[in-house]
Amino acid sequence: MTVEEATQLLQAEFGLTVTGEDPKRVDPLHLVATGPNEQWVEVARFVKERLGCRYFVHLTAVDWKADGFEVVCRLENLEAGLGLTLKTRLGTGTSCPSLTGLFRGADWMERECYDLFGIRFEGHPDLRRILLDQDWQGFPLRKDYAVDTAHEPYR
Amino acid sequence: MEITPPTPKVPPENWEEFPDLREWAKYHQERPSGDKVSNAFEGLAEAIHQMPGGWIMVTSTEKIFNWARKSSIWPLTFGLACCAIEMMATFASRFDVERFGMVTWASPRHSDLMIVSGTVTIKMAPMLKRIYDQMPDPKWVISMGSCANSGGPFRHGYHVVKGVDRVVAVDVYVPGCPPTPESLMFGILKLQEQVAEFQKTGQRQVPALVSD
Repeated sequence: MTVEEATQLLQAEFGLTVTGEDPKRVDPLHLVATGPNEQWVEVARFVKERLGCRYFVHLTAVDWKADGFEVVCRLENLEAGLGLTLKTRLGTGTSCPSLTGLFRGADWMERECYDLFGIRFEGHPDLRRILLDQDWQGFPLRKDYAVDTAHEPYR
Repeated sequence: MEITPPTPKVPPENWEEFPDLREWAKYHQERPSGDKVSNAFEGLAEAIHQMPGGWIMVTSTEKIFNWARKSSIWPLTFGLACCAIEMMATFASRFDVERFGMVTWASPRHSDLMIVSGTVTIKMAPMLKRIYDQMPDPKWVISMGSCANSGGPFRHGYHVVKGVDRVVAVDVYVPGCPPTPESLMFGILKLQEQVAEFQKTGQRQVPALVSD
């Protein structure tokens, strides 16, 4: 599986444009594809099964303030040396399909993402806070979370 | 004219006027002879009575207790972050705080001192308070390093308690990031000076909550 084959397959199947992180130099370990929220699980399954990216590296989110949240996930094909970063925009909402049906490793990653960004992963079996206390108010890594938010009784 | 210092009469002639001393004498008459505890008590009482005015020495026991307290401060092994590495170095052979009578102990029930060595997060603070409450009085706290003193480099994080003195009462603050073992030893010696003047037992004032 090479960069060209992966690009063509994703283009033919979903109409996604695969770019490099650096447009001047296409590195097979730094491919980026942005897809719609509805196709999130289908694209991930395709990437896992057809492109052979069976290694789930991480999943996190970006807060683009007025433009909403973006969920970012990285999948790698270790045999072929191919790495793909999938991105999806959530629009105005905070709901995203869960990848736990495909990757067991997505479980805690999505819980962390929910804990710190407040993104609700639909279909996650156990969506609780993982790092902070269960009674924590708010989501600290959002841009609108004030650093000096009071948390009694210790601050 | 020759001035001679007065010689104390031990025991004084009027000792039977004091009910406590009568009790003491009665107690020792009732005990069997050759008893180890009784002999030790008698030896101690004899030694104290030989001091000038020793037969009525009462108030100075506080000094003896404080000397005993400061000479055997047992710190709790309670490492939170990277400062704990320096704390372990202080406890190890090179710096060797055991010569100050400090034995690191792994149970809060037998400890006198808690060295808060590292960042206290909001999630950890209730556990820290709980361990502090499990320690018997009198107890002391050393806040070690910038994080425990004030939050340090993580002060503006969302999850950090801005100083452990918002959770427990602190006796000595040791600055540094992390403090060297020499700094911590200096703090421990300062604490010993403080304990030598320790007067009361019992829990100290609860720290007031300070809002930013």
